Amino acid sequence: MPEKTINGTTITVDDDGFMTDHSQWNREVAAALAEEEEVTLSDAHWKVLDFIASDFAEKGKVPGMRRMNKVGGIPTKELYTLFPGGPIKKAAKIAGYPKPASCV
Amino acid sequence: MSDEPIKKVSIIVSRGSLEGIYPGLIMANGARMEGIEANLFFTFFGLYGILKKYMNSIKIATVGNPAMRVPSAKGFPLPTWMGAIPGMSAFATSMMNKEMEALDIPPVGEFIEMISDAGGKIYACRATVDMFHLSDDDFCPQMDKVLTVGEFYELSAGSQIIFT
Repeated sequence: MPEKTINGTTITVDDDGFMTDHSQWNREVAAALAEEEEVTLSDAHWKVLDFIASDFAEKGKVPGMRRMNKVGGIPTKELYTLFPGGPIKKAAKIAGYPKPASCV
Repeated sequence: MSDEPIKKVSIIVSRGSLEGIYPGLIMANGARMEGIEANLFFTFFGLYGILKKYMNSIKIATVGNPAMRVPSAKGFPLPTWMGAIPGMSAFATSMMNKEMEALDIPPVGEFIEMISDAGGKIYACRATVDMFHLSDDDFCPQMDKVLTVGEFYELSAGSQIIFT
């Protein structure tokens, strides 16, 4: 499994670059992963990442778009603006969770 | 053959049943989620998917569907003639809607809104609009434009075209 070192922290990722061990994740790692995706994290981004974390803790999977809208209170348009070119995939990667496994 | 990533898709929705409309919506939304440009083109009975008065009462076609099983997907085969019993389509639709709700697959109206908010474009077919005597007022607000087939091909330049 590939490994990456960010600010002295080593993280393991899968072939698509998604972290495989969430315990290795922290806010600095998130910022570095975001940079790789050409995203600069703001409070609005953190709201999304925090929602993914709390929802993952509850449901055991990365929330889909509709759950982001209805439960997380984050509109579709905003998600596409914050994480251009693949909102849920990018957000999940930065938040240190696996590649989303649902179709919607 | 090089494996260039897909950049743009044009998805044609030609059927007005639930199983005719949803695959196109899921593919269009899925494309946007992968950063792929998506154009949805509704034609013939597929147009009901974007008619505001009817889009939220789309039903499964139970007649002529030999794959249908009851009460669930791995249940008993439903004799095809039974698909014509009054209420069968409504019943199958309500069962399917429950399953979709559990998977967070939105109802048609909400799904169209989601795709439109995601930057997907929604088009209606000129020939069908004329044939069905429809006007702009009949469509949901997300419908971007009524297109001729020629215009559809123009805006599909560089696209994969998918007919459903």
